[in-house]
Amino acid sequence: MKNNPSIRIGLWTLAVKEIRRFLRIWVQTLVPPAVTMSLYFVIFGSLIGPRIGSMEGLDYIQFMIPGLIMMSVITNSYNNVVSSFYSVKFQKSIEELLISPMPNWTILLGFVIGGVCRGVLIGFIVFIVSLLFYPEFTVVNPLLTITVLLLTSILFSLMGFLNAVFADSFDDISIIPTFVLTPLIYLGGVFYSIKILPEFWQIVSKANPMLYVVSTFREGMLGVSDVSISFSLGMILGFIGLLTGASLYLLNKGSGIRQ
Amino acid sequence: MAFALEITDLKKTYPGGVEALKGISLSVNEGDFYALLGPNGAGKSSTIGIIGSLVTKSSGSVKIFDVDTEKDSPLAKTMLGVVSQEINFSQFEKVIDIVVTQAGFYGISKKEALPRVENILKRLSLWDKRDQQARTLSGGYKRRLMIAKALVHEPKLLILDEPTAGVDIELRREMWSFLKEINKNGTTIILTTHYLEEAEQLCRNIGIIDHGKIVANTSMKDLLGSLNVQGFVFDLQSPLEEAPVIDGFPIKLEDSLTLIAAVSKDRSINALFDELSKLGIKVKSMRNEANRLEELFIEMVNSNEK
Repeated sequence: MKNNPSIRIGLWTLAVKEIRRFLRIWVQTLVPPAVTMSLYFVIFGSLIGPRIGSMEGLDYIQFMIPGLIMMSVITNSYNNVVSSFYSVKFQKSIEELLISPMPNWTILLGFVIGGVCRGVLIGFIVFIVSLLFYPEFTVVNPLLTITVLLLTSILFSLMGFLNAVFADSFDDISIIPTFVLTPLIYLGGVFYSIKILPEFWQIVSKANPMLYVVSTFREGMLGVSDVSISFSLGMILGFIGLLTGASLYLLNKGSGIRQ
Repeated sequence: MAFALEITDLKKTYPGGVEALKGISLSVNEGDFYALLGPNGAGKSSTIGIIGSLVTKSSGSVKIFDVDTEKDSPLAKTMLGVVSQEINFSQFEKVIDIVVTQAGFYGISKKEALPRVENILKRLSLWDKRDQQARTLSGGYKRRLMIAKALVHEPKLLILDEPTAGVDIELRREMWSFLKEINKNGTTIILTTHYLEEAEQLCRNIGIIDHGKIVANTSMKDLLGSLNVQGFVFDLQSPLEEAPVIDGFPIKLEDSLTLIAAVSKDRSINALFDELSKLGIKVKSMRNEANRLEELFIEMVNSNEK
């Protein structure tokens, strides 16, 4: 790419366009997670949390913070790409990209960069909000925290992209977030450690991919986890590879974007 | 000299079995102003879609200035600008951002693009509206924005799919003069249109496509020359009550002061004037009946259907 300034400029243009898009509608994209998470912190952290007591030896609000950050990062990365890519399909502005000399991998990367930027920015906003409720919070392993944050954002941006490629209506872009992502996130250890579950449900929970993402992030922030970190990172990287391959295959084939 | 566009045996069958293109071949010379005409569903938009990589071809080849669009797609794309039939930009962005972004997709940096964008927007009378959201533009200005977008990377070949559909007469004339100017400056232009007068006014060569096949590919002059009968409109000095009967010249009375006569190629119009004079009919002015091309077009499409 270093030797091809055209591709670099094309990628930069698309990434800036995507970032500008979610910043332009900041009331819809940046404010709602801050408000929703504040309510979670007030209700589950400050009001109910003290009655629950400790979780994994930590204050309940402290335990909950990484889970809520991850929940926001996942939903926002996913939603950014699924809504943006489906919108360009719907408005036909996808033609601006298809007609240009930009290679398909730069189109994919441009949308993923947009999703990652929004996911990371939201993660940062939720973290700032959490500090208002629990100022003494410190991050145990910043490197692991940032790594998981970025990888998770990339992974769910890719998922959003695939959803948008197959979507034929606005209903199609809300089905997966509503009926698949949200239940899996809620049951993936955002609010509790799976160690409090009966053994059978612990085994069932380990089939939930969200558990690995949330637990690994919690390991980075707090130093506690329900799963093996190396296994989780390997799985996240493996899925990123798989979804990237699938996305490029569909783009090259023109599925959902070329007649 | 390389052709600006060379299409060979292009076929397209859509999923579901609709055969939109049945092996069309055509070539357009560099610097040409070419009209691609055809009724709805004839295959014009499929052809343009394939040239612009928006539609996947079933077989055949497309070359832009001798570069195969499949083998060296990025190079072919840099030489091509396409103005689609439907609005295809984000309606919520500012006019200037849309055009600068489009330049960026072609590898043109913002710094390099800005003077070009200013020039194009000024030429298309869009400069004053550069900070407006695209959705606030009228239909005619949206069309201009589509053209600005397609020209920002300075393509050698510009394809316009019905560029003046739904545009008022004044704006249509302005766009014609703009297109004539960029053609004069060296850009090869191909346009599809439903306004046959537009094709007749602008284009030097013409292809007619119907049912996925090319039924004519010739110069506008030759095509119009193949008309066996031409219609002439006579504005009269004095009103008539009924159309005169003149042997060999079918004449109808459009209104009391207007006659329309059909003159076949083997007859002289002087003879018609002589006959009119003998009958004491004085002609104030005369003009060609509009839509000569339309007659031919209908004739060709009808004969293809048979």
